[in-house]
Amino acid sequence: MNDLSRWRAAGKSSAVARVVRLEGSGPRDPGAAMAVCEDGSVVGSVSGGCVEGAVVEEALQIIQTGERRMVSFGYSDDEAFAVGLTCGGTIHLFIEPFDW
Amino acid sequence: MADLFELVKAAAETEDPVAVATVIEGPNTGSKLVLRPGEELAGTLGHPDLDRVVARDMAGELAAGRTGVRHYGEHGEAREDTVAVFIESFAPPPQMVIFGAVDFTAALARVAKVLGYRVTVCDARPVFATPARFPVADAVVVKWPNDLLDEIGASLGPRDAVCVLTHDNKFDVPAIQGALVTEVGYIGVMGSRKTHDSRTGRLREAGVTDAELARLMSPVGLDIGARTPEETAVSICAEIIAQRAGRAAPNLKEGDGAIH
Repeated sequence: MNDLSRWRAAGKSSAVARVVRLEGSGPRDPGAAMAVCEDGSVVGSVSGGCVEGAVVEEALQIIQTGERRMVSFGYSDDEAFAVGLTCGGTIHLFIEPFDW
Repeated sequence: MADLFELVKAAAETEDPVAVATVIEGPNTGSKLVLRPGEELAGTLGHPDLDRVVARDMAGELAAGRTGVRHYGEHGEAREDTVAVFIESFAPPPQMVIFGAVDFTAALARVAKVLGYRVTVCDARPVFATPARFPVADAVVVKWPNDLLDEIGASLGPRDAVCVLTHDNKFDVPAIQGALVTEVGYIGVMGSRKTHDSRTGRLREAGVTDAELARLMSPVGLDIGARTPEETAVSICAEIIAQRAGRAAPNLKEGDGAIH
């Protein structure tokens, strides 16, 4: 939260991603959060490192468009190089611009 | 809307409980409601009836320390699912009270802090119970164990832990008796098998029942061969996690169930 305040005070936009739902096995429970600043700084995490890269991309896009939305990541079995959780679960994230 | 974040941040800083509800699907996606027990609701999810119903659920989720999604109708109808609301609970950190200002205490306080506990160290001996010896502790108290537990016992609940590391019957017995009348989730008591046996005798003499004795994790810790204060601290904290999760704590390698 301190980072969000600091970014806001510096006039920088940011977005927050939160794990809201988990199906099957997943490393982080609902409530796990990650904040992304427009300058590319990141705090927190939403998985064991499996999907963070993709979440940063989504968050940066959401900072641009201002549109909050749900993003889900599942198990990437058939696509060896696609983003997904290696532990077999699906996580549902809510990503929103930090405008509240 | 900027005020809502400030409210939540202020509550988190003072470790006051606060719950935040966010509409994640449905009309008014992104709108928020903030609940602080005993204070006025802040924000809105778009309809007063929805706010009222969600606030009631937030209070329940916050008391249980739960975070998750609930579904409602646009006006808070229970059997509909047009609106998905994510309720986040920010509960105060769990407490660990450690009796006995010994080297094991310093190590346990450090590991407990890593796990997010608010740590209180208590010993009746002012020479040992000093903040300088336990710099990571949130409070270092010079008191008899039963006196401290009389004061704070009512605030201890299932998420909290009491660890008795004195292994001196003079301190152990009142500390254990004081802890047993609280709702604390974990009571660990250090000592060798010999110390444990003699202490159990003392506790029985003092009127502690078998059911109460069964509540004690004594000797404290998981059987991981811990020797040093730091290793012992890990063994105690691992036991606390396993007990809270209701697991027997064998090696993951030996089992085949889900890890999470």
